[in-house]
Amino acid sequence: MLMCGNDACGEGAILAGCAFYAGYPITPQNELTAYMAKRMGETGGVFIQAESELAAINMVFGASVAGVRAMTSSSSPGISLKQEGISYLAGCELPCVIVNMQRGGPGLGNIAPAQGDYFQAVKGGGHGDYKIIVLAPASAQELMDYTYIAFDLADKYRNPVMILGDGLLGQMMEPIQIKSVEGRPLVDKPWALTGCKGRQARFIRSLFLGDGALEEHNKKLQEKFNNIKKNEIRAETLNIKDADIILVAYGSVARIARAGMELGRAKGLKVGLIRPITLWPFPEKTIADISGKAKKFLVVEMSAGQMVEDVMLAVKGRAEVDFYGRMGGGIPTEEEILKKIEALVKQS
Amino acid sequence: MKKKRLKKIKNTAIRKAEEVLAFSRPKSLRDVELHYCAGCGHSIVHRLICETIDEFGIRERVIGVAPVGCAVIAYDYWDFDVTEAAHGRTPAVATGIKRVLPGNIVFTYQGDGDLAAIGTAEIIHAANRGENITVIFVNNGVYGMTGGQMAPTTLAGQKTVTTLEGRTIRNDGYPIKILEMLSVLPGAKYLERVSVHSAQEILRAKRAISKAFKTQIDNKGFSIVEVLSMCPTYWGMTSIQSADRIKNEVSTFYPIGVIKSY
Repeated sequence: MLMCGNDACGEGAILAGCAFYAGYPITPQNELTAYMAKRMGETGGVFIQAESELAAINMVFGASVAGVRAMTSSSSPGISLKQEGISYLAGCELPCVIVNMQRGGPGLGNIAPAQGDYFQAVKGGGHGDYKIIVLAPASAQELMDYTYIAFDLADKYRNPVMILGDGLLGQMMEPIQIKSVEGRPLVDKPWALTGCKGRQARFIRSLFLGDGALEEHNKKLQEKFNNIKKNEIRAETLNIKDADIILVAYGSVARIARAGMELGRAKGLKVGLIRPITLWPFPEKTIADISGKAKKFLVVEMSAGQMVEDVMLAVKGRAEVDFYGRMGGGIPTEEEILKKIEALVKQS
Repeated sequence: MKKKRLKKIKNTAIRKAEEVLAFSRPKSLRDVELHYCAGCGHSIVHRLICETIDEFGIRERVIGVAPVGCAVIAYDYWDFDVTEAAHGRTPAVATGIKRVLPGNIVFTYQGDGDLAAIGTAEIIHAANRGENITVIFVNNGVYGMTGGQMAPTTLAGQKTVTTLEGRTIRNDGYPIKILEMLSVLPGAKYLERVSVHSAQEILRAKRAISKAFKTQIDNKGFSIVEVLSMCPTYWGMTSIQSADRIKNEVSTFYPIGVIKSY
């Protein structure tokens, strides 16, 4: 079946039992909002076109408080507006899924694909010490599969999870296989607000005014984030064992980088690829383990260089880390990447 | 027979004793000390809500959405499910809850900064969608929690820490009459403005809050009660002066009464 990435993402949410969606129009993710409007109607879920991104994320907050699987989606400028809500969701330990089909920035930017929101996604985004799990699919199929997984991770850790795509992934049509997942029970939510019938009243908050209470809450959150780091890192590696040059790229750029790697291999160059699938937690160890052996890393992004900083942190100076990026909607080609690889080979 | 009659008399006596207890703590209100300043209206409004919830027997179905502002820790006082919400986003959070739990009774508790400034979009659109929620809007004309700044509802000429010479229309615009604004929306079903500055007005406020919850219980749609409330601390007045100010000044600008009823 042929589907665009935005629709595939929506279907992944439906398969996961998403029962609430609130969104606001913004390109290049509008297909997803329209898809959810259609599918929520068919599955008996709730769809609301909110008055703003602020309202949308807070409606999701409400639905999550009430214990259902909830999602919102947007693109870069809209995701900036959602940051307040995401901080509250993280502070209140509420699960939800947020989709960002990134576009060119800063400001209104343009509607072409970009990866300029990496820092915002993986370093916190909103105020306060918190992390959200960030998944970076690289195809329509993966948009479906990882959106599905995102809901499980969100519930497992009571934390927001972001799908970080881009306009290219969202709008490209690709063949999709829909897996059957019927009869899967959802997790219990003994913290949700449903009315205090037969139990003590509950409250959900991120406000801790007592002496030391907020520090305790933060310690608990950090412990959870460390658990996520221990258990949920995902990355794909290709040809890294014998590689002199290792490409690091995520999302749609990883597919182009793979093509660049293959061009290099065809010319006899020892090129490998690491594709982080979780951007937070970042596959530091995968990179660290190979950084003693590989001569050079080449990070490719559709940004001025954001993930490259995390690669440098993982490499810890054991190898050279170079960067190639396009910005503002520019998409790197495999030839450009090959050229960069060849230049690096010449240098060494 | 004699025994039965005796029992009957005894039961009647007990019932009478219960009836004598005319004033007691509502079950929905926790037995804790409230942090509000002397003469503040919040505790009265808290109580009226709890009485209403008890009377309708809906404590186990209620989900409250607490605001940011002086009532931010309302969940410490209310003995039913309560969530916090970001400043002004309260009606959006309530929308999310009510849509997935339509059988529950969902209300927001908001101040004038929360509802009439930072959350203006959320309140208008929740009302316009006809969300079947109840909003208790406490209007005391200042930001109390943050130290008495001008609120959107601050009266012209009123001195605050950010309007040292008094609110000027030229610089700060006019005080906002939210209920009158909302009344033009077909989705807004029950709108009433009340006050808590006297015993008589408190009884009236109770009836309005009760009517607003009933609106939701009967699935009629969006209901809101604006409660004119005292803030002696940031009005720089005694409690009695504050009550008089509502009677003589505030309620002349914000008229008390039903704005709209279905």
